Amino acid sequence: MIWNEKIETMPLADLKNLQSQRLASLVGYVYKNCPIYKQKLDQAGVATSDIKSIDDITKLPFTTKLDMRDNYPFGLFSRPRTELVEIHVSSGTTGNPTLVGYTRDDIKLWSDVMARCLCCAGAEPDDTIQIAYGYGLFTGGLGFHYGALEMGLTIIPTSSGQTKRQLKIMQDFAPRILACTPSYCLYMAEEAKEMGIDPRQASWKIGIFGAEPWSESMRTEIEQTWNMLATDVYGLSEIIGPGVSQECRHKQGLHIFSDVFYPEIIDPDTGKPVPEGGDGELVITTLTKQGIPLLRYRTRDIVSMTTAPCKCGRTSPRTSKIKGRTDDMIVVRGINVFPSQIEHVLLGIDGTHPHYQIVIDRQAHQLDTVDIMVEVDEKIFSDEIKKMHALEQKIKKEIEAMLSIGVEVKLVEPKTIARSEGKAKRVIDKRAL
Amino acid sequence: MKITQISVFLENRKGRLCDVCSLLGSAGINIRALTIAETESFGVLRIVVDKPDKAIDMFKKQNITANKTDVVAVEVPDQPGGLARVLKILSDNDVNVEYMYGFVEKFSKNALLVFRFDDAIRANKVLAENNIPIVTADDISGL
Repeated sequence: MIWNEKIETMPLADLKNLQSQRLASLVGYVYKNCPIYKQKLDQAGVATSDIKSIDDITKLPFTTKLDMRDNYPFGLFSRPRTELVEIHVSSGTTGNPTLVGYTRDDIKLWSDVMARCLCCAGAEPDDTIQIAYGYGLFTGGLGFHYGALEMGLTIIPTSSGQTKRQLKIMQDFAPRILACTPSYCLYMAEEAKEMGIDPRQASWKIGIFGAEPWSESMRTEIEQTWNMLATDVYGLSEIIGPGVSQECRHKQGLHIFSDVFYPEIIDPDTGKPVPEGGDGELVITTLTKQGIPLLRYRTRDIVSMTTAPCKCGRTSPRTSKIKGRTDDMIVVRGINVFPSQIEHVLLGIDGTHPHYQIVIDRQAHQLDTVDIMVEVDEKIFSDEIKKMHALEQKIKKEIEAMLSIGVEVKLVEPKTIARSEGKAKRVIDKRAL
Repeated sequence: MKITQISVFLENRKGRLCDVCSLLGSAGINIRALTIAETESFGVLRIVVDKPDKAIDMFKKQNITANKTDVVAVEVPDQPGGLARVLKILSDNDVNVEYMYGFVEKFSKNALLVFRFDDAIRANKVLAENNIPIVTADDISGL
């Protein structure tokens, strides 16, 4: 079924009218309610009356992660704090995290787009869903929760981790839908086999996987291992969390809910639009959000987009899976990691600036591992093993606190980390994504 | 009287200890005492050599992480209970031993042990007060 049939199957011309109206009122709204945006629009020489059609969107300035950081915590908001009913934070590149907040209407919007996602993946109102995304400051768990609640599914909010219990619950309550990161799904297959459970007999028939990049080969592996349909969901907390776009059962790209999240594909260097089908940076404008609406937010995700009709009948454009990033962000176990965060921690260790390298790996059917190699120079070296151990532990703990994921720290000899043209390669990603 | 120990950071990789010892050998630097403390992934080689400054310079040039540590070389009677007596005196005077190891050869009829104390100055004082002989840097380079 299609959750919001009127909107999701709207003829493109009508959709464009709706987007145009919404954009015009959005620009007026942020100009009036957010001093930062007023300033940005004034600086760009854009009057609210200049924005009449969605095609005028290219006149508007971009919003970047830097804008969010510089105006942390509440500078980019268009509503007073008292009107927010929920806030979430995700890790920032350095120092301040990224804060987002939702008004009551924003939560309604989130519930609606997540219900669209669930239906798009194939959920029916009588279904039971096991939500194994983390609940908490991470938007994954609660986003799915609101959508499933809106749709009237039976929710099993297992959150992430405790794999044996996840599998026991799957056996006992037979949910047909599973929502988690794709790597966790494969990891659970291994655990299932050890427990004597045949994954092909599992109750899960539809998986909604996201929060990290994954390949077509991984999809095939998941579908064959679990005998389920594996669909891709996309989102980012700055826009709403999960619920920006979702694959239908035809798996021909992710339907982006363009009536509320208007997509553009641009050349990341020039900022100019890329012709349909070409690769570029996905830029999203939140047409109806209230708490922290964003104009032309640069996601830094590289995708392509098509408006060709889909067999499922939904008319909104479809984006490809994420093909890359315009920055050095890496996603590990659903968590965004920037090398600069690790650098920041290391700088704080006795004020030194050691060379380091991040090695991300994924053994077959295992969760991603993060090894941080730190070169030991004279400043941090001690003849006492216990001090070296303490140093190793201190680096590990501080990085884990910063990133919210487990890492291993390995102390290595100087100059063992390869340098190319004098610059060390900071990230070695061995995963086959 | 303190002497200089050189501590070297070594990853647990094949041939690393051999590399370091070969470097010392080709520079004509003689190892007088040594010990290795190791963990799963790395080790610390601690050595007393006849030319510590030369050794440190060489390690720096070779990008090997090394530093100098003050240790005390103590002559301990080479007989049953000899070490226990020395340790008892130190313990009674609240001097803690971080680690210790033996010299390759004897300096006199006594055994020669390297001590890394938490407080080397206090240790020197206690040892002197109890007439326990310690060895100077000059003695080491002459060994």
